[in-house]
Amino acid sequence: MTQDTGFTQADMPPEPVFAQPWHAQIFALTVHLHEKGLFTWPDWAARFGATLARHGLARSLDGGDDYFVAWLETLESWLAEAALAHPDQLEALRAAWQAAYLSTPHGAPVHLPAGALADSCAS
Amino acid sequence: MPHDHHDHDHDHPHALLPPDPALRVKALESLLTQKGLIDPAALDAIIDTYENKIGPKNGAHVVARAWADPDFKHALLEDATAVVADLGFYGRQGEHIVVVENTPDVHNMIVCTLCSCYPWPLLGIPPAWYKSDAYRARAVREPRQVLAEFGLHLPEKTRVRVWDSTAEIRYLVLPMRPAGTDGLGLQALTDLVTRDSMVGTGLPLSPA
Repeated sequence: MTQDTGFTQADMPPEPVFAQPWHAQIFALTVHLHEKGLFTWPDWAARFGATLARHGLARSLDGGDDYFVAWLETLESWLAEAALAHPDQLEALRAAWQAAYLSTPHGAPVHLPAGALADSCAS
Repeated sequence: MPHDHHDHDHDHPHALLPPDPALRVKALESLLTQKGLIDPAALDAIIDTYENKIGPKNGAHVVARAWADPDFKHALLEDATAVVADLGFYGRQGEHIVVVENTPDVHNMIVCTLCSCYPWPLLGIPPAWYKSDAYRARAVREPRQVLAEFGLHLPEKTRVRVWDSTAEIRYLVLPMRPAGTDGLGLQALTDLVTRDSMVGTGLPLSPA
């Protein structure tokens, strides 16, 4: 190996299919929206490729978290353009989820307060 | 791991806070579910499929059968989409699958320079290195050097051919059948086929 590409992995244990649960969630969300006919896969690939190219200008992407961050950004911007998810709504819900985690005792299931969704969708 | 500061499970008065992108995904799910655009149960089913049901063993089965059955191999090279669909391996994105055969003269490897197009029904979700900028850029520019970093050193006379996958066409490499496998049955052959050998960044295992 001459650089940290991580190509040589023969001795490594098998990596999980998805390194983080949220990688799996955003992947499934996108596949599901495609299967419901909201966009074609070539359109998705073109948009996603453009995001990856843009992110890759600043630094070399390693195909892990940065790959799915680009994926998430692509889906968010597409849903905003399609008027299906306004960025302000998403930010309000993200903050509500964060607050829910911070106010839920460790070990207990975390739920979004009932009002959070209504508030975000009233706009 | 970027979140190792959350790995320990003590001294936390509240639930472990997921990383910011995870919260953004939760926000998306909440909103789209509320709008009736997604069904959370369908998401779980998709994740279960890709984590547990689809993976390189599908591709390995196809490769082993091609090694064992010349008629199957001929049909596979002619129209892989139809052949693998007969086996129950469908492209969820409606893509075509093309199988490219390694020979002593030509070694094939696959990449997606645009993003990470990959034959999901046959290989599952691609590994991180396949999605990395380094592989996507260098596989085309200096394939022999990349293969060497995978530990694969090809004879000088073997030409390397790189196939750039797209959303519409996904490639699978049919590696050469290893020597010393004449008496092996289908399952034993399947066990020799590695993921990387079907991407072209490795070779099949040799029989023990």
